[in-house]
Amino acid sequence: MKNQNKLTFSRRNFIRTSALASGGLLIGFNFFNSCKEAAVPPVDVSKLNFNDFNAFIKIANNGYVTIFSPNPEIGQGVKTSMPMIIAEELDVPWDHVSVEQGALDTENFQRQVAGGSQSIRFGWDALRQTGATAKQMLINAAAVKWGIDAASCSASNGIIKNANGETLGYGDVVNEAATQEVPENVALKEPKDFKIIGKDAINVDIDDIITGKPLFGLDYKVDGMLYASVLRPPAFGQILESYDAAEAKALPGVIDVITIGEKARNYLNQDEFDRSAHWSVRLSESDKVVVIGKTTWDVIKGKKAIKAIWKDKSSTESTEQHDKELNDLLNGKKFNTMRSDGNVKKVFAGADKVIERVYESPFLPHNCMEPMNFFANITNEKVHLVGPIQTPEAAAKVVASLLNRNLEDVHVDMTRMGGGFGRRLYGDFAYEAAEIADKIKQPIKLISTREDDMTTGVYRPAIKYKIAAALKDGKITGYHLKEAAVNSNMYGLIPNFFPAGAIENYQVDIANYQSNITTGAWRAPYTNFLAFAEQSFFDELATELNIDPVQLRLDLLKNVKDGEDVTIEYSAERMTNTIKLAVEKGNWGNSKNGVYQGFAAYYSHNTHVAEVVDITMKNGQPSVEKVTVAVDCGIVVNPTGAKNQIEGGVIDGIGHAMYGDFSFKNGKPQDVNFNTYRLIRMKETPIVETYFVENELSPTGLGEPGLPPAGGALANAIKAATGQILTKQPFIKSLQDRKTDLNV
Amino acid sequence: MASYNLKINGKKVSVKADSDTPLLWVLRDELDLVGTKFGCGIGQCGACTVHIDGVATRSCLLPASRLEDSEITTIEGLSEDKLHPVQDAWKELDVPQCGYCQAGQIMTASSFLKQNPNPNNQDIRNAMHDNLCRCASYNRIEKAVALAAKKMS
Repeated sequence: MKNQNKLTFSRRNFIRTSALASGGLLIGFNFFNSCKEAAVPPVDVSKLNFNDFNAFIKIANNGYVTIFSPNPEIGQGVKTSMPMIIAEELDVPWDHVSVEQGALDTENFQRQVAGGSQSIRFGWDALRQTGATAKQMLINAAAVKWGIDAASCSASNGIIKNANGETLGYGDVVNEAATQEVPENVALKEPKDFKIIGKDAINVDIDDIITGKPLFGLDYKVDGMLYASVLRPPAFGQILESYDAAEAKALPGVIDVITIGEKARNYLNQDEFDRSAHWSVRLSESDKVVVIGKTTWDVIKGKKAIKAIWKDKSSTESTEQHDKELNDLLNGKKFNTMRSDGNVKKVFAGADKVIERVYESPFLPHNCMEPMNFFANITNEKVHLVGPIQTPEAAAKVVASLLNRNLEDVHVDMTRMGGGFGRRLYGDFAYEAAEIADKIKQPIKLISTREDDMTTGVYRPAIKYKIAAALKDGKITGYHLKEAAVNSNMYGLIPNFFPAGAIENYQVDIANYQSNITTGAWRAPYTNFLAFAEQSFFDELATELNIDPVQLRLDLLKNVKDGEDVTIEYSAERMTNTIKLAVEKGNWGNSKNGVYQGFAAYYSHNTHVAEVVDITMKNGQPSVEKVTVAVDCGIVVNPTGAKNQIEGGVIDGIGHAMYGDFSFKNGKPQDVNFNTYRLIRMKETPIVETYFVENELSPTGLGEPGLPPAGGALANAIKAATGQILTKQPFIKSLQDRKTDLNV
Repeated sequence: MASYNLKINGKKVSVKADSDTPLLWVLRDELDLVGTKFGCGIGQCGACTVHIDGVATRSCLLPASRLEDSEITTIEGLSEDKLHPVQDAWKELDVPQCGYCQAGQIMTASSFLKQNPNPNNQDIRNAMHDNLCRCASYNRIEKAVALAAKKMS
């Protein structure tokens, strides 16, 4: 069986230890790299340095273990699952382990990014090695104490035993262990011996979350902190011409009204900067008016009282224009080819029949429940930033450059995040906070209203796909996928996803239209829509070929020999097993009267997922009753957390496919809040049943891969119920258009 | 700016605020009760849900100045020492993902169960429909409300 984990991991020199001044052992380790030559963990846990190490483990004199995890937590559960992996190999009872977010005010950090569902996949080997190495050090220390060979000792559940039946607790030997050499090449457990991995562990922050403790960026405050609300251009392409702040300044809670923007423009004019990676163009072209006040309500009111005049600077675009541009691209010749197998042109020319469809998706805002916000305090000595961000390291670099400060002066501390979905990969709100604090020389919290958040987004861009298949003698002989997207195209791995390798003549072409509307990653970038397009298309092909849609996919997967073509990303064997599990658990083909089923399967983020959607029709509209999901993510570290991710991803995928819609008119977003922007709610949610393919392969991510197949499986169920082929998201629009025609 | 006497989580407090300041911002900015969350500011998402005289109410639109005669309960005051059965159920079923909306969900659920101690699934879905969860932890919210009802009976 093909192991999708292609990483190589050096186990040398990534762990260092120190004896804590207060007693106990401190282990610092690195996920990706070797330690720096001079790096040594501190002897005081209040001085953890995340620049030299990614994470630390403290083993106290009582044997209790504290894991200091600096990884961003956006709701994907890594703050629970990553420590579980360490605790497993260290072999301590889970209830002796506590997890702390890397302390605030650490020296210049260097941390991981939360994105792409990769935390567990990359961390797996390093976390296991670290736990196992620490365990061996404790065994070695006990052996020295007993004066015997370490090979005759073993450890389990925090207790070391020797052949004479004597025992020592981990806590009894931590001080000695701290002086031991770090052993190389320690043995890892066999997966069958796992005691913590594979068992449900409740979210380590659960008590704080359910009792309302301050955890999130918006909750962070310091004495003397002021609030800042930013007035930005109402339309992409506009800039500030003039403003009148007299009325705002007259409000009792408003302290000042200033403008920012100059530093951002200067910064952007530097040659070396890759603006697409970190910045939103909209936020940089114009000056922005900032209301500073004593409370959030003061600045919300103050901002409403500003009278600003805006003028057009560059194009102010509308959705109709994007539609036309993308259609022109799809029908034109300005494509770059990402992958080409066989001879697509030839098989299309010789086909019995060609099936072709165009699929369309709108822009989407992320709509994290916690609106974008950031704290900044800037003094001559230090630039201190605190808040919810997925990319703290990049933010520090940008702010250092923006304010012309040494990187060493910039400290970014992360809080828990009220959702990310990709939005918090982009740090525009942190840069604005820094520019404001730099100007007024007081600690501030930049806050966004929902309207600010939804209208100054880094949106999932509008994309259209044209998919064509050549059919000959009852077989699919050619497949041609064309993508026309706003601003940026699919990343390089996607053309190697299914059906690459399964269809002999296969081609993927891309083209893009450049817009000044800011766009970026949105949960499962590209595949969040592409999977719907392709999986709906396969359903249509199955109908055309008069074959069961699941069987069509299984037949195609038989054309793929795992490992034969190393560019192919997915495993045909793993996908086949995943599909079979979904079909079995979802009762595919045996649904009750009045229940219509749809199927989709998709590989993304190194994880294979298959879904069966059951719907009923109520008053001519689909009601999504149940989604049965089969997942191959390798070893499931924390089943309750894993299921939570899949449940959320599936419902998110169904919600946005059904309702997600966002348009522009003359550069201006047409929805600003949840009264008109529709997100899925309780009564519209199906019950999600999740099943995992059991194997002993390295774990892969779960934050994203549940989402892509959901829209396609739903569309296919609606097709089964009504015959209607959905090609546009959101589905609700197409369904409403023909509501009166539906007779089911 | 005037002073208002409020009763929050059983304690009397005097706060200074403009007459139009929503309770949400008095709680968060003046009283450091930040468990009540800001989500939309227009009563559409439920993240700011508190109890006013025991009834789940959006705090983002409600001026604190009108609440001098009311009993205000926030997530911090939902239960005195141990967890409320709704919180227990939330913990047992590991409901939260990012966790941001959950205080509002718990406040809506606990008020609902007081009015309807034996709900069926449809009752629960109706009651919780107006609270958004962007992580879509809806399945577990639904199950946790049912479990809490069982715990309270």
